[in-house]
Amino acid sequence: MTSLLNKSRPPVFCPGCGYDLILHALDKSFQNMGLQGNQIAMVSDIGCSGLFDTFFNTHALHGLHGRALTYAAGLKLARPELQVVTTMGDGGLGIGGAHLLAACRRNLDMTLLILNNFNFGMTGGQFSATTPPQATVGSGFLNALERPMDAGTVVAAAGAPFVARASAYQKDLSALLEQAIRFEGFSVIDILGVCPGRYLKQNKLTPKLIDQILRESEPLDGCVTKNARSEYGRCYREQAARQKVASPPAKVVPRFDPPQSGRQEVIFLGAAGQRILTAGEVLCIAGLTAGLKITQKNEYNITVLRGPSISELILSPEEIDYTGIINPAVVIALAPDGVTRRKDMFAQLNQNTLVLQVSGVKIPSTQAQVVPVDFKAQGIKKSDWALAALATLAGMNKVLTCQMLDAALEERFKGDTLKGISELLEKVMGQK
Amino acid sequence: MELSLLEGNEAVAWGACHAGCHFFAGYPITPATSILNTMLRILPPTGGTVLQAEDEIAAMGYCIGASMAGLKVMTATSGPGLSLFSEHISFAIGSEIPLVIAEVQRLGPSTGSATRGADGDIQFMRWGNSGGLPVIVLAPVDVKDCFTLTMHAFNLAEEYRCPVFLASNKEIGLTRESVDLDGLERPTVMSRLPAGEDIPFFPFKPLPHKEVPGFLPIGGEVPVRQTSSTHGAEGYITIDSNEIAATIQRVKNKVETHVDRFSFAETLIEPDAETMVLTYGVTARAAHAAYKELKMVGRPFSLLVLKTLWPVPEDLIRKETRKAKRVVVVEMNLGQYVREIERILKDKKVDFLGQMDGRLISPDQIKEAVYD
Ligand code: SF4
Repeated sequence: MTSLLNKSRPPVFCPGCGYDLILHALDKSFQNMGLQGNQIAMVSDIGCSGLFDTFFNTHALHGLHGRALTYAAGLKLARPELQVVTTMGDGGLGIGGAHLLAACRRNLDMTLLILNNFNFGMTGGQFSATTPPQATVGSGFLNALERPMDAGTVVAAAGAPFVARASAYQKDLSALLEQAIRFEGFSVIDILGVCPGRYLKQNKLTPKLIDQILRESEPLDGCVTKNARSEYGRCYREQAARQKVASPPAKVVPRFDPPQSGRQEVIFLGAAGQRILTAGEVLCIAGLTAGLKITQKNEYNITVLRGPSISELILSPEEIDYTGIINPAVVIALAPDGVTRRKDMFAQLNQNTLVLQVSGVKIPSTQAQVVPVDFKAQGIKKSDWALAALATLAGMNKVLTCQMLDAALEERFKGDTLKGISELLEKVMGQK
Repeated sequence: MELSLLEGNEAVAWGACHAGCHFFAGYPITPATSILNTMLRILPPTGGTVLQAEDEIAAMGYCIGASMAGLKVMTATSGPGLSLFSEHISFAIGSEIPLVIAEVQRLGPSTGSATRGADGDIQFMRWGNSGGLPVIVLAPVDVKDCFTLTMHAFNLAEEYRCPVFLASNKEIGLTRESVDLDGLERPTVMSRLPAGEDIPFFPFKPLPHKEVPGFLPIGGEVPVRQTSSTHGAEGYITIDSNEIAATIQRVKNKVETHVDRFSFAETLIEPDAETMVLTYGVTARAAHAAYKELKMVGRPFSLLVLKTLWPVPEDLIRKETRKAKRVVVVEMNLGQYVREIERILKDKKVDFLGQMDGRLISPDQIKEAVYD
């Protein structure tokens, strides 16, 4: 087997750096697995661990601090056959916390090596997510106030199905790395090592002490039974293949004449739960059946079950430029919420505007022609009022005709829903 | 004519698929979420991938990984998400990673108003990266543009290997419109140029007579290096100032010097008009309405609607405004793109109409600004 180490770029770690041992152990694992450089992508994070990709003759992606696992996931999903190995320090562990948890929950078949040396080597030995409180590091007293995080426990809790702790000095490190890489799923090894360049300057840490830390930690040595499950990429492809192919937007055949010529603006002033947007869509389709151009703009609160719901529609034989309401043909007042939101509009309306006022909904004084409707008395549920208003308009031959409405309902609804709505609306249309 | 109903956001998704997009990652955010939803309906059944990311930083990271593996990728967001995109936009610029970002703008600053429109991120899209190298920004006016410009965005991202933005707006993205699907302009689909056979492969060496390097995917036959660090042609860190200067200049030039090839715009010149209204995005619709109304009453103005905002199509702007004595810039913010126009048209009177309150600028406001 040939080494995948880059002969023209030998490692440049400080003498005695634990990373050097890990680098060679990883190379040995690759060799043992018979992998070629083009079968592997080394993804590296920021800090001294971010040098890893340059020392191998493999595919390599080196990016921003803490984000390595996101690139790794993108690569793996696009190229499932690729062996993706990420190296990240204890710095990346902290700043990339959200991505680490997401990777554990997702379980893509890739490997994360946390090169844990208890401090930020590159920037001057500041404390990281794993620095012990009693350590003296480049962050003054700050690390004494924070509790270090045990990466192994965290990733196991987050759902990683393969988690191990290791020492950079253990003889069988390469075998463990190989086991992790071969594992089908997200595998994480927290590898403890020393940083002579920074950490050792003021702290004592030896291979022996590392062994002691490992002995005192909750054991984690590979498969986490409770997290065992199918690999994400495999499941994704299986599920995706079962999804229905999306059909492009339906085309509506123009077949009727609209009742009025020129631009017609309609505004629904309702409340959440009144199916305002659906009624708006039905009116859109009705317009299309008469060969009209349409725009529909909606306004609602982000709390979808409460507050005003407003839909503004324009139906026009000409191309529609401005999508705002200038001079509405019809205002449908369905609920106080919507009316309040647009209360200023009423004073500006003239006799050409028709206001459908649902009984019980107060409106500001206006010169518009106000037509009261009482859907409640007709036994119609509140959630159907917006649709019922369309039937009222159709019955008056205003903006849409009964034919246009029927055709739109048939395009929009199917089966029993269609039957129910058609019967209901027929009742309303019949009464007008 | 048989018409269909489509929201701007849906049209972005369909445009992306027609352009060959095979990977989408996004984080839900109003008013961009329906792009994620639509991509989720379209892509997975046809072998593509859609991921819901844990945050916007990750959404971009997933896209960067997938793009480097050779896929055409897109993400979508709004202002608050764009803030989080920043570090990865810089990465994609500096390391020449093709990707498309649909930004459906909403009223800012910050979380602002999720369901109100604005064009408040126009300078942010251009300059929201470290280093300040150029990106491409296209601005749709309506649903048709959302489809066609998204296709152009993919083509440009592939051709110039850089992030390309679609500067949409809640007022386009969430507005449903009737569209003639068969009548949509569909540019020829382009893909990034592959590298030659040269061994070893230099990932950042421009192709002969080009300013853009040839592409090989991570995961292909030949090992490929990608890095966010300052790099030479080989993809390793370099400290050679000459090499650094040449690469940075190339990354700037490859986008900026070719803007004439993708300066999308619509112009209506009125021979008797002294005033020209210059606008973009959804405001162009109000401007067009105002143009028609004033023309009808015999007080015409000319109209220039820019659909390429960055790099600033300076030649086009100079040419189209040649006859105008006065240019009124109208935009849904308190004055962003007008800065570019003032910079370019030093010899003309440049006036400004802006509004940032979640409402559309109306045709009446534009008419007033033209004849105040
Ligand atoms: S600073 Fe520390 S981690 Fe970095 S190379 Fe030196 S010893 Fe290793």
